[in-house]
Amino acid sequence: MGVATETKPMVINMGPQHPATHGVLRLVVELDGEVVRSVSPEIGYLHTGFEKSGESLRYQQACTLTDRMDYLSPHANNLAYVLAVEKLMGLEVPPRARLLRILFAELGRIASHLVWLGTHAMDIGAQGLFFYCFREREKILDMVEASAGVRLNPSYFRIGGVMRDVPEGFETMVREFVDELPQWMASYRALLDRNPIWRERLVGNAVIDAQTCARYGVTGPILRAAGVNRDLRKVSPYLGYETFEFDVPVFTHGDSYDRYQVRLAEMMESRRIVYQVLERLEPGPVAVDDWKVAPPPKEYLGRDMEALIHHFKLFTQGFHVPAGEAYAGVEGPRGEIGFYVVSDGGAKPYRFRPRTPSFFNLQALPTMTVGSLVADVITAIGSIDIVLGDVDR
Amino acid sequence: MVVAVVLMILKSLIVSSLLLALFAYLTYIERKVLARFQLRPGPNRVGPFGLLQPLADGLKMALKEEIIPRQADRALYLLAPAISLFAALMAFAVIPFGQPMHIFGQVVPMQIFSPNVGVLYVLAVTSVGIYGITFGGWASQSKYALLGGLRSTAQMISYELAMGLAIVGVLLMAGAADVNRIIAAQHAVWFIIPQILGFVVYFISGVAETNRAPFDLVEAESELVAGYFTEYTGLKWAMYMMAEYINMVTFSSLAATLFLGGWSGLGFLPWVPGIVWYLLKVALFIFLFMWIRATLPRLRYDALMALGWKVLLPVALVNTLGTAVFVSHVL
Repeated sequence: MGVATETKPMVINMGPQHPATHGVLRLVVELDGEVVRSVSPEIGYLHTGFEKSGESLRYQQACTLTDRMDYLSPHANNLAYVLAVEKLMGLEVPPRARLLRILFAELGRIASHLVWLGTHAMDIGAQGLFFYCFREREKILDMVEASAGVRLNPSYFRIGGVMRDVPEGFETMVREFVDELPQWMASYRALLDRNPIWRERLVGNAVIDAQTCARYGVTGPILRAAGVNRDLRKVSPYLGYETFEFDVPVFTHGDSYDRYQVRLAEMMESRRIVYQVLERLEPGPVAVDDWKVAPPPKEYLGRDMEALIHHFKLFTQGFHVPAGEAYAGVEGPRGEIGFYVVSDGGAKPYRFRPRTPSFFNLQALPTMTVGSLVADVITAIGSIDIVLGDVDR
Repeated sequence: MVVAVVLMILKSLIVSSLLLALFAYLTYIERKVLARFQLRPGPNRVGPFGLLQPLADGLKMALKEEIIPRQADRALYLLAPAISLFAALMAFAVIPFGQPMHIFGQVVPMQIFSPNVGVLYVLAVTSVGIYGITFGGWASQSKYALLGGLRSTAQMISYELAMGLAIVGVLLMAGAADVNRIIAAQHAVWFIIPQILGFVVYFISGVAETNRAPFDLVEAESELVAGYFTEYTGLKWAMYMMAEYINMVTFSSLAATLFLGGWSGLGFLPWVPGIVWYLLKVALFIFLFMWIRATLPRLRYDALMALGWKVLLPVALVNTLGTAVFVSHVL
């Protein structure tokens, strides 16, 4: 009387609307009891068509698109784009602009990691940490607002320099924040570092090794937690990073706990860079002197005809970028953000192609989670720190 | 005899009503406390300081559309939350909240009834409460609810064992299961000191029993297994919540009674009535529950079960054996 029992794996759908998938991500998870047999990410829910839009916007307008991709680290996106275009144009930005760019890139890294920590901890249950991290991040957002006028999506970095100089009292703001940072970090570490529940959820979770990272093109903290010492700021420096003193945290296990350690350590390294920038900041211009690229100061518009004409032409027709192609990659908080810009000599990019880290990092998610338990998938998503704007563009 | 019965009924009514009212304000307190831990103000719009929030929530629950899934087993579906709530309220019958009062020449104990198996009664009744969850998960006939119900049931049964064993130490030291005698036995020192191991095991088990963080995977990890009360709406869901919060209160009361001397103030400030001490102790435990929820991440289910079986149970056993040796040879 043997009845053959056939067990079919249970298919469960997570998302796209979901508190823990960090955006509109859909995961189709096949479960065998509690064990994950396969994970298929489905993306595209946040696809906005940035690449296509970029082709119909002038170069300086396209800058605003870059903020909106990885909306949690807008400065890094901006940076990759403006560096690519400046490469095409052969522009050299003034030193103060370079330093300000580094400053905001690093502050942006800290802000992004704070969001990561807050949301990751919240997914795993330690809800209070979310609020503390965001409280810290508020201070950075205040700094961004002071400089660009906008908290998120600042488009502060422009082709030729930065949008405008930072106001009075800015340096004090920054110093206050970085002076206080160690004590907040210490409190986060006190809560989590040796917390057995935290460790139990993160140690050995979603392990990925260096070879797999290379296969998928995974970069950023995930790669560094897997033992590969690769940080674009050291490997192919830009903006003058080679003159700054900082370390790159590298861990070996490739699990969520190591990724956690990498990001926390990176925050402290960013802090070191910020102090060095503050030392070196000197008054000066914040954009190239070429009014065909960077707009003239507003005060001139009332009295100088040249300034007025340049302003007009710049904002109505833009500037022409010599034909050619350029790629610039920067080390964003999530990994390598790069822009591949192709110009046909016109005022709009012929090809506006972002290389976004979250897209590649997400591809590794199935390999990292197959064979683990259901709750581990949540931990893994938080640990790879993806932003759907980056994945879908 | 009649007087005794009437008194018992009266006390039951008063205690049940107070508990249900307390539940409402416990939700308010929880939201405020959690909010403060999270640097937020908490509810402060509905009424002064948000004090009318529970009333608004209660009204909302009562007025919500009753959705009963078509495939649900109706009888069980409707019965399940009632079982949970009923068991939670019943467990309160043996908890004394203060010294016996003298009313009209009668000595009225501040306790609904006092069987000489007091503590065992509470354990038994809370075990019945688990059925409420099992039936809820089953009767919903939804695969997520069923899984959630099963997991939750397994969790609660596992931690019941550790909890029961932890209490045995107290029973040994007091030489009785009668709650009043346990309180009396703590006249010199509260049991939390000699029974510190038992207390820790008891407290952790209690948090797991009430499905609170960090053991709330079943409720909170709601993306996949949405918990046994997925398919419940309105008042039926509210009943499950009531059961959960009242269990918290019961558990805190029991902890206060067994380990912190109940309503006794150990002779400090003798003019303070026992009920005040009792309420303070219960409040302390409830605050601890909320503090822990605001702080700790969640345990994954397998770690949760491992903790209950492989850590707490052996520790409770060791505690029991140690206490037994101590009591028989030293005392």
